[in-house]
Amino acid sequence: MARNVTTRRKIITTAAAWTIGLIIFFPIFWTILTSFKTEAQAINDPPLFFNFDWTLENYAIVQERSDYMKFLWNSVILAGGSTLLGILIAVPAAWSMAFVPSVRTKDILLWMLSTKMLPAVGVLYPISLIFVQFNLLDTRIGLMVVLMLINLPIIVWMLYTYFREIPGEILEAARMDGATLKEEILYVLTPMAIPGIASTLLLNFILAWNEAFWTLNLTAANAAPLTAFIASYSSPEGLFFAKLSAASTMAIAPILILGWFSQKQLVRGLTFGAVK
Amino acid sequence: MATKASRSAARIMMAPAVVLLLGWMLVPLILTLWFSFTKYLPLRGDSIDRGLEWVGFANYGRFLSSNSFWPSVQTTLIMVGGVLLITVVLGILLAMLLDQPLWGQGVVRILIIAPFFVMPTVSALVWKNMILDPVNGIFAHLWRFFGADPVAWLQDASLSSVIMIVSWQWLPFATLILLTAIQSLDSEQLEAAEMDGAPPLKRFWFVVLPHLGRAITIVILIQTIFLLSIFAEIFVTTGGAFGTRTLTYLIFQRVIDSQNIGLGSAGGVYAIILANIVAIFLMRIVGKNLDA
Repeated sequence: MARNVTTRRKIITTAAAWTIGLIIFFPIFWTILTSFKTEAQAINDPPLFFNFDWTLENYAIVQERSDYMKFLWNSVILAGGSTLLGILIAVPAAWSMAFVPSVRTKDILLWMLSTKMLPAVGVLYPISLIFVQFNLLDTRIGLMVVLMLINLPIIVWMLYTYFREIPGEILEAARMDGATLKEEILYVLTPMAIPGIASTLLLNFILAWNEAFWTLNLTAANAAPLTAFIASYSSPEGLFFAKLSAASTMAIAPILILGWFSQKQLVRGLTFGAVK
Repeated sequence: MATKASRSAARIMMAPAVVLLLGWMLVPLILTLWFSFTKYLPLRGDSIDRGLEWVGFANYGRFLSSNSFWPSVQTTLIMVGGVLLITVVLGILLAMLLDQPLWGQGVVRILIIAPFFVMPTVSALVWKNMILDPVNGIFAHLWRFFGADPVAWLQDASLSSVIMIVSWQWLPFATLILLTAIQSLDSEQLEAAEMDGAPPLKRFWFVVLPHLGRAITIVILIQTIFLLSIFAEIFVTTGGAFGTRTLTYLIFQRVIDSQNIGLGSAGGVYAIILANIVAIFLMRIVGKNLDA
């Protein structure tokens, strides 16, 4: 009897959860589906679900029209470069804060976090002025540095929370055995820290990939990543739903796949370790 | 056990991050502050080289007394408040649902988390065209199917539409964090309450909700910081028209469209102050966690 009730309850919960999940996912599903239709089929009334002739022509058109690969490459370079650069700078910092904490460590961490809260629009003009001054406007290196800086606090924080979980006794033992600081870092800590560093890399790659204020405002033709590529579709133009869908699908596919792997790190990274 | 040598090594290792962030914070901040006290219209020939005219607090006064200021504050509050309300309430419900035993939980989680990974320009465009378009959008099809007249969402219900789009993007975040928090709830506590005969609503109110308190606060604070600076969603959908001009967007227009740097910078300083008020609360909570 009791078991019966549980099964029925499980069926109801399952149905409810799946319904909600599918509704929430629908815009993405619909975009992917529409990308395989012709423009005429895309605006068919009633909407076509699976009963249409699947085509890849939109992908070809989008690629031809705006050289998708160039934008994709910019996104990869910007997100990847800024993340690597950030990790390079943040690892030593997080390391020393986790293993050689001083009275000021907490203040420094909180101050770093506070730089993240500076509203971008408040400093848009000074930054673009500096960019003009140093000929950085519409260059990948300039944008890479900006993306690195806006994510640096999150990178430091994530690494810090991971490093803090590595027991300090292991370090002491290594030190007792006569390991130098370099050996200690290279052979003892790094292997233990790799999972944490990997999750940090993943989450920050996603954040940098999706950043849509600086990438829209500091780029034109050369350094523009996929966010700008998509924004170029914002003015309506005749029949363009299928093309828009193809462009959108191409822009989000890589990160959707990466994102699904990073669910757990997401919570930890974005709450600065406050929820685990 | 830190030795003197390791302390100075630690300081050196920390230096690059600290120096970079300090520069990233101070240089633009100081420039913005300086500009906010000057008449700075690049299109009329003002430039730093020729010296900017000092105007005191004139820009601050003008920004506050402009016709668009209070509506933009109102829009900002409605937008942030609306998105917070929707994401937190639905997030709690969804998290509780997903915490129950069900088939295919992993897949459902993936479906629900997906919108968070869609870049803002894409989600704004997809919603604008594929969902909300008054002729060919899915909503228009649905409305016609039920015999109603399709709505021109981004014109007639523009602010609600933007709130809907942004909520769709942030609901996964809220759900995921609240789910993580719910899963850490001791199930024995709930069972004990159930044994004592507490009805579901009471169990929720007195056991689950207090447990979620901290997670909810964190969701609210972090989302507020991101929502205050929502940009791409407005840029792509309405361009600030039809009552969707938030404070962020107003400043953007002053600086970029009308090239009034002094006035825009004064607005920027207001935005920075606003964000810092929220930030202080967030820091307290995160800071407490550091001691634990």
